[in-house]
Amino acid sequence: MSTIPGASWPQRVVRPSWTLKLRFFVSGHLLFVAGATVFGIILIMATLAPLIAPYDPVAIDFSVKLGAPGPDHWMGNDELGRDVFSRVLYGARTSLMVGLMVTVMAIALGLPIGLLAGYFGGRLDTVLMRLSDVFLAFPPLLLPIAITAAIGVGLVNAMIALAISWFPWYARIMRGAVMRVKSEPYVMAARAMGVGHGRVMLRHALPNCLTPVIVQGSLDFGYTILAAASLSFIGIGAQPPEIEWGLMAAASRTNFLEFWWTVTFPGLAIFITVLSINLVGDGIRDILDPRFQEFR
Amino acid sequence: MYRYVTQRILLLILTLIGVVTITFVLGRVLPGSPVELMIGYRPNQEQIEAARKALGLDLPLYIQYLHFLGDAIRGDFGVSLHTKQPVITDIAIRSTATLELTVLAVIAVVLIGVPIGVISAVRSNTLVDHATRSISIAGVALPVFMVGILLQMLFYGDLGWLPLQGRIGSLVLLDHPFEIVTGFYLIDTVLAGSWTAFSSAASHIVLPATALTLSTLPLVTRTTRNMMMEVLQEDYVRTAIAYGLPVRHVHYRYALKATLIPLMTIVGLTFGVLLGGSVVVEFVFDWPGLGGYVVRSITRSDFPGTIGVTLFLATIYLSINLVVDLLYFVVDPRLSSP
Repeated sequence: MSTIPGASWPQRVVRPSWTLKLRFFVSGHLLFVAGATVFGIILIMATLAPLIAPYDPVAIDFSVKLGAPGPDHWMGNDELGRDVFSRVLYGARTSLMVGLMVTVMAIALGLPIGLLAGYFGGRLDTVLMRLSDVFLAFPPLLLPIAITAAIGVGLVNAMIALAISWFPWYARIMRGAVMRVKSEPYVMAARAMGVGHGRVMLRHALPNCLTPVIVQGSLDFGYTILAAASLSFIGIGAQPPEIEWGLMAAASRTNFLEFWWTVTFPGLAIFITVLSINLVGDGIRDILDPRFQEFR
Repeated sequence: MYRYVTQRILLLILTLIGVVTITFVLGRVLPGSPVELMIGYRPNQEQIEAARKALGLDLPLYIQYLHFLGDAIRGDFGVSLHTKQPVITDIAIRSTATLELTVLAVIAVVLIGVPIGVISAVRSNTLVDHATRSISIAGVALPVFMVGILLQMLFYGDLGWLPLQGRIGSLVLLDHPFEIVTGFYLIDTVLAGSWTAFSSAASHIVLPATALTLSTLPLVTRTTRNMMMEVLQEDYVRTAIAYGLPVRHVHYRYALKATLIPLMTIVGLTFGVLLGGSVVVEFVFDWPGLGGYVVRSITRSDFPGTIGVTLFLATIYLSINLVVDLLYFVVDPRLSSP
C-alpha cells in the first residue's frame, strides 16, 4: 500500500446512528412495526390480566346483569353480570396460548416427517407424503371438527385436533427445504467425512431449513386462533368455566341484538389480535424470506 | 392425457380410502367408545356384550375395518343416534341446503373476487389497489361467525330488511307449498311458479351467503392479484404493449387467460374452505344443512352422524378438485396434445 504524500484523509467514518437505523427500519416495515406494537400491548395486557382486570372474570353479579357499558364496566356486563372487559382480558390469555400451542404441536408433528421424507427421498418420501396428504383431503375446519367429535369436546382436544389437521403443511414445507439443502456442498462434505445420517439431518440440514417453517408458523398463528375461536363458538372447543372469546360470542347468541356489547367486544378482540399477528407474520416473511414478498 | 386422467382417478380412490381409514381410526381406536355412546351410562355386562356384537366390535380389528370400508363405499354410515334415521337419509335431506349455500357463495366469490383482484393488479399501487389490499388484510382477521353476527345486527337488527335466520319463512311454506325437485329452494320455487315462496327463500339466503362470501373473498382477491401481477411481468405482455396493442386488450385478453389455470385451482380450494366455513355459518343462521347437523351430532355424541357428514363432504371436496384438474384440459388445449 502506498500512501500519497502530503495528503491527509479524513479519519472519521460516518456510521449511521442507531436512531437513524431504527427510523430506516420503521419506514421500511411500517405495517410490521404497527402490528408488532399492537401485539406487544396485547401480550402485556394478557400477561398482566390479573393486575389490570378491574373485576374477577368469573364473578357472577345479577344486579348488573346485561348492564350497558359505562364508567364502572367499560365494556358492560354479560348475561350473568360478569364484567366483559375483564373477561376479554383473560380471553387474550386463552387465545394466545391456543395459537402458540397449536402452531408448536403442528410443527412438532410435521417437522420430523418432512425432514425424513426430504432427506431420504425414495419410497419413504412417497409413503410419508401420501399419508400426510390424506389429511389435506378434508375441507379445512371439517377434520378438526371430526377429530374433536372422536376424542371429546374441550379446549385441549380442540387444540390437538387443529394441530393434527394442520401438520401436513409443515411436513410439506420442511420436505421442500430439506431437498434444497440436501445437495449443498456442506451437507455432502459432512457426509463425505463420515458423519452419520442422523447427525447430518439434525446438525446440518435442520438448522438451515428452519426459516420457511418459522415464516409459515408466524403466518398460521392468527389462523389457528380464528379456527379455535370458531370451534369454541359452535360449542366443541372451550367449555363454560373457561374464558374464551369464541365462547363469549356464542354465549350472547340469544341476546346480541339488544345487548350488542356482549358479542362486539370479544369479536373486536379477536379481530385486533389476529390482525396484529398477521401483520407481524407478513413482516417476518418479508424480512426473512424476501423471495415470497408480495408484488408491489 | 388419458394416462393422466386414470392416474388422477386412481389417486382419488386411494385418497378416499385414506380418508375412510382416518375416520375409522378416529372412531375405534381413540377413547370415547361407541358402545358407551350407544347404550348410555352404567350398562350391565350383557348389554355391553350385545352392543359390541351389534356393532361388530367383537370381530378382529382388520375385519371391522373391511366392514367399515365396505359400508362406507355403499354409502352406509349407520344410523344416527339422535334422529334415529340412517345417516345417509339425513345427509340426502340436508345436503342440498348446504350445497345451495356454498354454490351460491362460490359463484359470488368468483364474480366479485376475481375482477377486484385483476383491477388491483392492473392498477397496482393506486388508491384502488391499496384499498383492496387493506380490506383483504383486515378481512382475513375477522372470524366467520363475527361476519355473520355483524350482518344479522345490521340487516335484521338495525335495518330490519332481511330475516334473522332459517331457510324460508315457515308461514310462507304453509301457504305456498312447493314441490322439491332439485332441493335448491331458489330453483324449486321458480319451477313451482310461486313468487312469494321464491322471495322468501331468496331473502333468507342473502345473509348466510354473504357471510360465507365475505369470509373467503380476501383469499381469492389476494391470490388473483398476485397471479395477475406475475403474468403482467412476462415478456409477452411487455412485447404486446410495446407493439402498440391496446393495453386493455393485452390485460384482459392475454394476461387474464394465462391466470385461468391457477385461478381454477384456487376456486377448487375455495370450495373446501366454504364447505368448512358453512358449518359455522349454518350454526349462526340456523340453516338446516349439514353444518348444523354435524354440530348437533357432536354435542349429542352422535358419532355415526359426524363421521357420515365428514366422509360425505370430504368426497365432495375431492371430487370437485378432480373436476377442476380435468377442466385444465378444456381450458388449455396444449395439455391434451402429446
